[in-house]
Amino acid sequence: MERPAWAPPGIDISVPSVSRIYDYYLGGSHNFEVDRQAARRAMEFMPGLPKIMQANRAFMRRAVRYAVDQGVTQFLDIGSGIPTFGNVHEIAQAADPESRVVYVDHDPVAVAHSQAVLDGNDRTGVVAADLRKPQDILTDPEVTRLLDLGRPVALLLVAVLHFLEDQDEPYAAVARLRDALAPGSLLILTHASYEGIPLTEEVAGGTVGVYREIRSPLVMRSGEQIARFFDGFDLVEPGLTSMPGWRPEISAGAHDLEAEEDPYAFSGFAGVGRKA
Amino acid sequence: MRLPAQTAGAPAAAAATAAPAVAEGAPAAAAPPGPQGGLEDRIARFATIWGRAIFPVTATSLTRPEFERHLLPLTRTLAEALHARPFDAGVAQRVGAELVAVHCTDPEALAGTLGVIESYLVLYCGSVAPAGPVASGAGGTEEYRSRCARLQHGIAAGFARALRERTLKEQEAIARSALTARIDAQQALHASEARFRAVFEGAAVGIGIADLDGNVLEANDALLQMFGGLEGHVRGRKVSEWGHPDDTPHVWRMYGELVRGERESYRVEKPYYRHDGTVLWTNLTVSLLRDAEGVPQYQLALMEDTTERRLLNLRLRYEATHDALTGLPNRTLFFERLEKALSGAGGSRFGLCYLDLDGFKAVNDSLGHSAGDRLLVEVADRLQSCATGPGEVVARLGGDEFVALTTGSDTEEKVTDLAVRILSALSTPIRIEGRELTVRGSIGIVEGRARERTPAEVLRSADITMYRAKAAGGNRFEFADAEADARAITRHGLTNALPAALERGEFFIEYQPLVHMHDGSVHGAEALVRWSHPQYGVLGPDRFIPLAERTGLIIPLGRWVLEESVRQARNWQRQLGGASLRINVNLSPTQLHHPGLVADTVAVLEKSGLAPGALCLEVTESALIGADDELLEPLRRLAALGVDIALDDFGTGYSNLANLRRLPVSVLKLDRSFTQGMQQSPANPVDVKIVEGIVALAHSLELAVTVEGVETGAQAAQLRALGCDTAQGWYYARPGAPDRIHTLSLSDAVPTPAPSSTFS
Repeated sequence: MERPAWAPPGIDISVPSVSRIYDYYLGGSHNFEVDRQAARRAMEFMPGLPKIMQANRAFMRRAVRYAVDQGVTQFLDIGSGIPTFGNVHEIAQAADPESRVVYVDHDPVAVAHSQAVLDGNDRTGVVAADLRKPQDILTDPEVTRLLDLGRPVALLLVAVLHFLEDQDEPYAAVARLRDALAPGSLLILTHASYEGIPLTEEVAGGTVGVYREIRSPLVMRSGEQIARFFDGFDLVEPGLTSMPGWRPEISAGAHDLEAEEDPYAFSGFAGVGRKA
Repeated sequence: MRLPAQTAGAPAAAAATAAPAVAEGAPAAAAPPGPQGGLEDRIARFATIWGRAIFPVTATSLTRPEFERHLLPLTRTLAEALHARPFDAGVAQRVGAELVAVHCTDPEALAGTLGVIESYLVLYCGSVAPAGPVASGAGGTEEYRSRCARLQHGIAAGFARALRERTLKEQEAIARSALTARIDAQQALHASEARFRAVFEGAAVGIGIADLDGNVLEANDALLQMFGGLEGHVRGRKVSEWGHPDDTPHVWRMYGELVRGERESYRVEKPYYRHDGTVLWTNLTVSLLRDAEGVPQYQLALMEDTTERRLLNLRLRYEATHDALTGLPNRTLFFERLEKALSGAGGSRFGLCYLDLDGFKAVNDSLGHSAGDRLLVEVADRLQSCATGPGEVVARLGGDEFVALTTGSDTEEKVTDLAVRILSALSTPIRIEGRELTVRGSIGIVEGRARERTPAEVLRSADITMYRAKAAGGNRFEFADAEADARAITRHGLTNALPAALERGEFFIEYQPLVHMHDGSVHGAEALVRWSHPQYGVLGPDRFIPLAERTGLIIPLGRWVLEESVRQARNWQRQLGGASLRINVNLSPTQLHHPGLVADTVAVLEKSGLAPGALCLEVTESALIGADDELLEPLRRLAALGVDIALDDFGTGYSNLANLRRLPVSVLKLDRSFTQGMQQSPANPVDVKIVEGIVALAHSLELAVTVEGVETGAQAAQLRALGCDTAQGWYYARPGAPDRIHTLSLSDAVPTPAPSSTFS
């Protein structure tokens, strides 16, 4: 039965949460034993999972800076999770103090934590909402208070779309958000995929199994399927790539990405698109 | 001298914890084999080695060059501590804490850090400027080694303390967030539960929740009210106890499917007994509630009280199917019943009596509608008592037309019995307003097998047959037969044929002479319209004038009669050399109300050249009962022009005699019923007295008196003696063609001992 809008979901911290698992991969302690157990089980299949998260974090950081460079200083980060460090508002407001950021997550613990962390920062806001219901996000008072949708916005869908199954109509959700954004807006996206993982699909599939068990199914999509999320956007250079491959910041004396980065960092896809 | 060896060993120490890239790349490519250049340069190179060693195990989102720049001040702090005097290992603790601050929280980051310091700190940062404080002392190398070890201890302690602080802080933060989220959720749940409670309690529909065994767990006020307001009669009871004889059979089948989880919901109209035995009708929707896993848990009932609406519907249905006056089933319901009887199983039969009261119109006209209505109610009651058997029903089709239907077996016998009972029931006089009225009826009977005819065909046949009974004198019944039906003239058919008949000139006029009583001379004639029907022959006005009245065709038909009669009267005058033969023309009630009456009449007179005084318009007494000035105005204007107005059928309308003075009439036409009593000799003395009185009254009001229906010489003599002015009737002449009037007038051939007469 569809839950009425006025009945909140219960809080059950005995169920692992993907945002707390993510925090654990990033070396944080914003997690409980159930989260760590799930994370460790997933890592039995893919020991390099923390490296993927790190690369994801690094991509996001470069993409946010890119957005500010392009003059886009409004950010809508959907699936923001638990802000351990290197969050969008830190990066964006370091580059331009006027930057405004709205974080959206459907995990009430992540939302409560974000609110505590962001307390006092009046250019940021936190919204409890679900990417499956884009209209709820677009009409939320925090979103309308902080963001001027008449001007370009950077929409971050970083490591979140792979938690939407096809029946959740992820393409329609992205399209709905896209339609609400002004021309010149950016879509910053990463997505899990079997492509690029330095393991066989069978082994990597063990991780998918763990996520299925904790009722946050992880949907691996092909590069082609992921590219479709950019319908209505023009991918900026270098297009849809691995996470480290997107506009790497070349360190002196080390030009060979393959040698620089952990092999796991090349799992999945990243890209930035601009709405025409 | 151990330094070179340590240099060689350093990559191994670092490699134990670092990624392969660092293990192979650090000593060979990036880190020079030995300290060269200035201190700042060497500090930077140390930071690079350090960064390479631990970057792979950090969670930072910084790039490696950025990360290395972060390590630069830390390296400088360590280099300074190596030389500081006095030596202070405490600064190393800050370095350890700083590592945690830049997200080097992985224990491998500490191991890598300690390995790099062990191998490279003294090598890159130990031999400082020649005047350096440590180097100038004895045993400088040993002192560096000792300081380096103590710095490592400090870094480890600082790292551990900061990591513990950070871990505790983050654990507390996430626990607090979980608590906050839970409190928020509970508050939201409370709020939503309060709202849900309010909705549940305040809902206008009844809401009940029961478990799958049918035990009622919750019921809201609206539901309790529906059941009579007593909680004990709802809560704690079982759904299965609420059966009702009028439950549709599938209700409980669907209920079973629902509680077994085979059906998600159902919607029915369901009655319940209240505790006081009254019946509650509801629109009931029952839904299955499942838990998060989809396992059936409860059943939810939403019910709407439809008792009142149902009663209203029943009442509306009753009103739509019953006659308001008599309470009998009306035409609609009767047709439904007849349809059902006619569509019955093959072999089943039906019998139908179609009753029309004889002379009801006269009662209505003379006693007024309320008396007529009371008569109909009494007739309805008597009919009802005649048809009490199973499968028998009586209905009123309208006016004074009733039907009785019988179904089942032996209908041929039963329908005859029914007709006999009906006529017998009507035979007892009915007392209305102190009068005893004898009511008679004519019945047409149709009997036959189901599935052979439509209701309309059956009713048409019954109607025709009823008219046959009426034509045969009334107070009887006749059986329908196909031949008679085929010949029968239906009112419906005649009505439809009227307009074309007028166009085709199928009407003609016969004239009945009016004779002066005192000398038997022809005074004039009454125009009587006939219809020469191509199929049925010549029809009298009683057959079609009422139909023309109803359809409005009476206006053009009446105008045609007036034109034709007036033209004829003018012809007679010409033929007879200007003699004043008068013409009487009947006006129906509808014509009387027609706004063009005066103008049309004047136009007709002017066109023909007939003097208004030669025209007499006859209006029935009943048409003028209760007439107001507005209705009388056209007649007054015609009278003022010189047109005579005759009050026709006088004596049948029970009119107020005092009222006569108000009416613009100049002639009373005494109804034939008064003259019937004078056909025999001696005449009925009461009738004689009445006529004598009327004539005296009329003459005192300066009204002439015409008598109708004079059939014998004795009658004529009596009426003449009573002072009547003019007469008409078969004794003098039957209605006939216009030339017969001409002939009569010329001869004055009156069959009575009458004085010779001349035209006056």
